[in-house]
Amino acid sequence: MYRRTALLAAGAFALAAAGSAAAEITIATVNNGDMIRMQGYTDRFTDETGIEVEWVTLEENVLRQRVTTDITTRGGQFDIMTIGMYEAPIWGANGWLVPLDDLSDEYDVDDILPAMAGGLSHDGTLYAAPFYGESSMIMYRKDLMEAAGLEMPEAPSWSFVRHAAEAMTDRGRDINGICLRGKAGWGEGGAFITAMSNSFGARWFDLDWNAQFDTRPWADTLNFFVGMMNDSGPAGYATNGFNENLSLFQQGKCGMWIDATVAASFVTNPAESTVADKVGFALAPDNGLGKRSNWLWAWALAIPAGTKQEGDAKKFIEWATSKEYIKLVAENEGWANVPPGARTSLYRNPNYRRVPFARMTLDSILTADPNDSTLEPSPYVGIQFAAIPEFAGIATEVSQEFAEVYAGRQTVEEALEKAQDITNDAMEAAGYR
Amino acid sequence: MARSITPRRKILTTAAAWAVGILIFFPIYWTILTSFKTEAQAINDPPLFLFFDWTLENYSVVQERSDYMRFLWNSLIVAGGSTLLGILVAVPAAWSMAFVPSRRTKDVLLWMLSTKMLPAVGVLYPISLIFVRFGLLDTRAGLIAVLMLVNLPIIVWMLYTYFKEIPGEILEAARMDGAGLKEEILHVLTPMAVPGIASTILLNVILAWNEAFWTLNLTAAKAAPLTAFIASYSSPEGLFFAKLSAASTMAIAPILILGWFSQKQLVRGLTFGAVK
Repeated sequence: MYRRTALLAAGAFALAAAGSAAAEITIATVNNGDMIRMQGYTDRFTDETGIEVEWVTLEENVLRQRVTTDITTRGGQFDIMTIGMYEAPIWGANGWLVPLDDLSDEYDVDDILPAMAGGLSHDGTLYAAPFYGESSMIMYRKDLMEAAGLEMPEAPSWSFVRHAAEAMTDRGRDINGICLRGKAGWGEGGAFITAMSNSFGARWFDLDWNAQFDTRPWADTLNFFVGMMNDSGPAGYATNGFNENLSLFQQGKCGMWIDATVAASFVTNPAESTVADKVGFALAPDNGLGKRSNWLWAWALAIPAGTKQEGDAKKFIEWATSKEYIKLVAENEGWANVPPGARTSLYRNPNYRRVPFARMTLDSILTADPNDSTLEPSPYVGIQFAAIPEFAGIATEVSQEFAEVYAGRQTVEEALEKAQDITNDAMEAAGYR
Repeated sequence: MARSITPRRKILTTAAAWAVGILIFFPIYWTILTSFKTEAQAINDPPLFLFFDWTLENYSVVQERSDYMRFLWNSLIVAGGSTLLGILVAVPAAWSMAFVPSRRTKDVLLWMLSTKMLPAVGVLYPISLIFVRFGLLDTRAGLIAVLMLVNLPIIVWMLYTYFKEIPGEILEAARMDGAGLKEEILHVLTPMAVPGIASTILLNVILAWNEAFWTLNLTAAKAAPLTAFIASYSSPEGLFFAKLSAASTMAIAPILILGWFSQKQLVRGLTFGAVK
């Protein structure tokens, strides 16, 4: 009798425990200011929905390797993954991601900036919702520009930028006219030089997937970059990436810096930057050919196919990338700290338009088109990358060859010849040619 | 006849030893120092050595953002568990190789060591698939198993070297006194090899504690140890060096303290048998 009662009680307890167990989702994400801020607000989501959230925060490259392994082996460790514009269309095409084609009406999917939605879709289907987006633009020192007797146009050309860089350079005071990425890596120096090459009329591949490094526009791009950086760039620029240039700029050692729009909030933050009140913004330069040298990127939230928590994951994505979330951050931390570059409505908001870099960020995003990034027709989607699985490996190798030029260890001609061979060999091995 | 050391030579040797010591310790010193700076001070040029406004803010931010104790607990379990399991497997293996070698013993030892020459990423997918198949992803048990296997060649090699120093006659005498295999290993061999086993354990704990490839690739939220804790503060887009340094200091502190208190044992064990 006692045994039966005990069994019944245990069963009831187990049922009650199962019934009250909260749903839980695991999210893999990168370590940057906006993502960390979102983690701080997760309790609000849990309070609203009862869904617990576990965060796995990793460095960008580690995260990329980790989530790629997980999705290709169907490891099922994550219910939401933070992925970029490079992965979203490729993984979507492979059927690795859950299509986000049934988001609620309140979410207002049409409010996502068209450039972002386009870059995160495959065949018109959205596979990842942008949490924040970025382009690249010029950040420059207004005081140094004025002292040089120049005025920065809103949409400058490369020749103006080179001239201004020379005029602002003051080696005695340790001021470099321009700071740009030279560091090897497809997402570091590789991304910059690829975006820059678009404005010189270059492209990675012709329509038959043949490498194009033996063409004049690539030689012009690299010669211009090396000449300008040798004249007006910082010493050792071959190893400078985003962080190194951010550090130089914040310490007042750069006249101009062309990089991610997200850097604007760092360089204008008086707690971190010694030049916070002296920074102006302009569009990334062009060469009069109709293509600018700005890129487009988004960190977006996607659901891996096969997750058992698809419904809960969608609820989180709708919450984290909603207009309401932006409002929540603005109320608590000010409009300068909301995740930028994802929603059209943000740029219509008069409060946000008062943020110094808001308009230039939007203009930069709007002038970037991943589907039409090159002057001559190309077979790939993407601005600072070609959205094919082989690109990351190839571009890392090519950018290593370019970095050797920046370090003075080989000539532009040698690097381009090697880049041509590396790319053609890899594309042949992958069956494109 | 022992060679006499001239005072000049002694000073030079001491200075060289200090220089090497400072060179090795400098990155740790710099990490600890940076953890007490603001982010702006962390990137200051020229670098700030001692005279700046020291702050504990980074530690407070890290504590607030991450569940340090959970990462620490996972590191303790994984490093301790893989070491104990490794010793349990390696002691009998090293015993047989040292005292009853076969014609192939040397080949086996070399083959074991050769597995360390393979880049870990080369077997990432097979290991991941095995982990998926057996439900071991993001479990401490899975990490213990994989770290034990990764470090096993080193444990076996170290123990083999120590055991070779022990005269086989002592074991024979124990056998003649009626000791079985179990008694021989537990009551005769092990007490004599304590310094060697202790240093093997210490070195293996350090290796397992610092292992950052498998611990990052096979874990997510539940079994992630301190290596994942550090990785969560690294960023190529944003200057978070001070916070990263605070996280690193918190991650290396336990193993640094362990190494500090056991350095005599470690050095004695590592140099055991080096000079005959």
